[in-house]
Amino acid sequence: MGMTMTQKILAHAAGLDSVSAGQLIMADLDMVLANDITGPVSIQEMDHFDKEGVFDKDKIALIPDHFSPNKDIKSAHNCKYMRDFAHKYDITHFYEVGQMGIEHALLPEKGLVVAGDTVIGADSHTCTYGALGAFSTGVGSTDAAVGMSSGKAWFKVPSAIRFILTGKPAPYISGKDVILHIIGMIGVDGALYRSMEFTGDGLKHLSMDDRFTIANMAIEAGAKNGIFPVDEKTVEYLDSHLSDAKKAEKEKTGKAPYTIYEADEDAVYEETYTIDLGTLRPTVSFPHLPENTKTVDEIHDLAIDQVVIGSCTNGRISDLAAAAAILKGRKVADGLRVIIIPATQEVYLEALKAGYITTFIEAGAIVSTPTCGPCLGGYMGILAEGEKCVSTTNRNFVGRMGHTSSEVYLASPAVAASSAVTGMITDPAALPEV
Amino acid sequence: MKAEGRVFKYGDNVDTDVIIPARHLAITDPKGLAQHCMEDIDAEFVNNVKDGDIIVARKNFGCGSSREHAPIAIKASGISCVIADTFARIFYRNAINIGLPIIECPEAAEAIEAGDIVSIDFDTGIITDETKGTTYSGQAFPPFMQEIISSGGLVNYINKTSGE
Repeated sequence: MGMTMTQKILAHAAGLDSVSAGQLIMADLDMVLANDITGPVSIQEMDHFDKEGVFDKDKIALIPDHFSPNKDIKSAHNCKYMRDFAHKYDITHFYEVGQMGIEHALLPEKGLVVAGDTVIGADSHTCTYGALGAFSTGVGSTDAAVGMSSGKAWFKVPSAIRFILTGKPAPYISGKDVILHIIGMIGVDGALYRSMEFTGDGLKHLSMDDRFTIANMAIEAGAKNGIFPVDEKTVEYLDSHLSDAKKAEKEKTGKAPYTIYEADEDAVYEETYTIDLGTLRPTVSFPHLPENTKTVDEIHDLAIDQVVIGSCTNGRISDLAAAAAILKGRKVADGLRVIIIPATQEVYLEALKAGYITTFIEAGAIVSTPTCGPCLGGYMGILAEGEKCVSTTNRNFVGRMGHTSSEVYLASPAVAASSAVTGMITDPAALPEV
Repeated sequence: MKAEGRVFKYGDNVDTDVIIPARHLAITDPKGLAQHCMEDIDAEFVNNVKDGDIIVARKNFGCGSSREHAPIAIKASGISCVIADTFARIFYRNAINIGLPIIECPEAAEAIEAGDIVSIDFDTGIITDETKGTTYSGQAFPPFMQEIISSGGLVNYINKTSGE
């Protein structure tokens, strides 16, 4: 029986010729990730292992991004605790404020995950790296602790749902609209325990940033992972983002330092959906679940108090470019707060050089240093009772960004920026010319 | 292993943000987390919960974030078991890894009501609603996961098996 792309990567990681859905395996890990919320809990757990230390100091990434730059004394303590651990074990990929970024934007940018890798991260959006043709999934702190100690994780091999993407998306339609549309279609548990495997000739119209956004939100459909085949765009991205270690490997072997897996032709999918990207409209998830989607055409006179553009979902350079294209020469609506957060230092610098930061500030938005802050109601933009926010983030649960009666509307950077101009949820194509 | 207690009942898609809101995530001590457990879905939970009590909810319990703080808060608040139609996958892993008993049983999750006294036999997967006098057969864990739970969580399991 044929294997899906995910199953092939897992078989390799478990040292097996083949695996099938439902099989329990022990897999070798290429990278283990934790942040300043989950990391300290993992580090506490590591004191309880008989074996001291870490399995490989080069295969652990510790990123203070959620409540960092430290939002309060407890957060400062947690970051210090993680920093001390990183120094004690000489962890190569600990990124301090100044080098850090939002983890799921930072790791691909630094080439710390490549095609064919098996990765766990104590953060649910670890599934982002499926865009690179890797198997990556979110776990809790104990799994991450075991991963850091032993380099291994147990998995139940997932079955899969296939999404065949066809056609060419219209202007202003981004990866965010694709994934919100899919979650609206299958529900927040529509892919529970399963892989979401994306394929089809429509992929050639999706940039790497679009694919990161789509894979990032696979968890919002309950999936174990989301994964894309490796094509020319992936190879170009991988080759231009090689880590020093991978560059050395390439020089030594003369080969590409990553492995490209393809699903077998007779791979089994529990369900297959075909989506014509050309039919998609800008899509918004209404409170309080990502599955509560409407297209902009169904939304009228919905006034908002705040806009957030950023996060591991939509804080990359093409997200900021989309927002800047709309805000250029326009002004933020009176009384609206607009918070824009580049996901990494490199994205920030690139946006600065491209003039986007000037555009944002001239429009009346603020620009913050990289942080997850507002997405999870941490800091940097908490909502008051009854306030409404259009956000390019990934969750709109009760109380997610602040008071339990506040409301989060998930959307693309283009919709968020257009809404920033009018103060209402707005179709980018409907904005009057500047 | 058995559990018995009074039921707190919730609906579909109880997410980790309402189980333990992010504003409390800088806390790492289980007892400190328990003081805020279920705060954004049931403000009275922490005042009413007693050791051994049981949470019953519908589909996709624990969806959202990977924060292990969620099952830790539930376990430290005294809850002896969570019964649901289905669990979100990271919550499911985390619960097993920290030794919080959970059991999937759509029939029980539908019929059991708030305030019922319920007992669970984890060896057989049998769930009994003592108040209503009804029994249900829950999904038993595969042997590998049973071994993790009976070891007292993944850390102990790894310690036990790494020498083998």
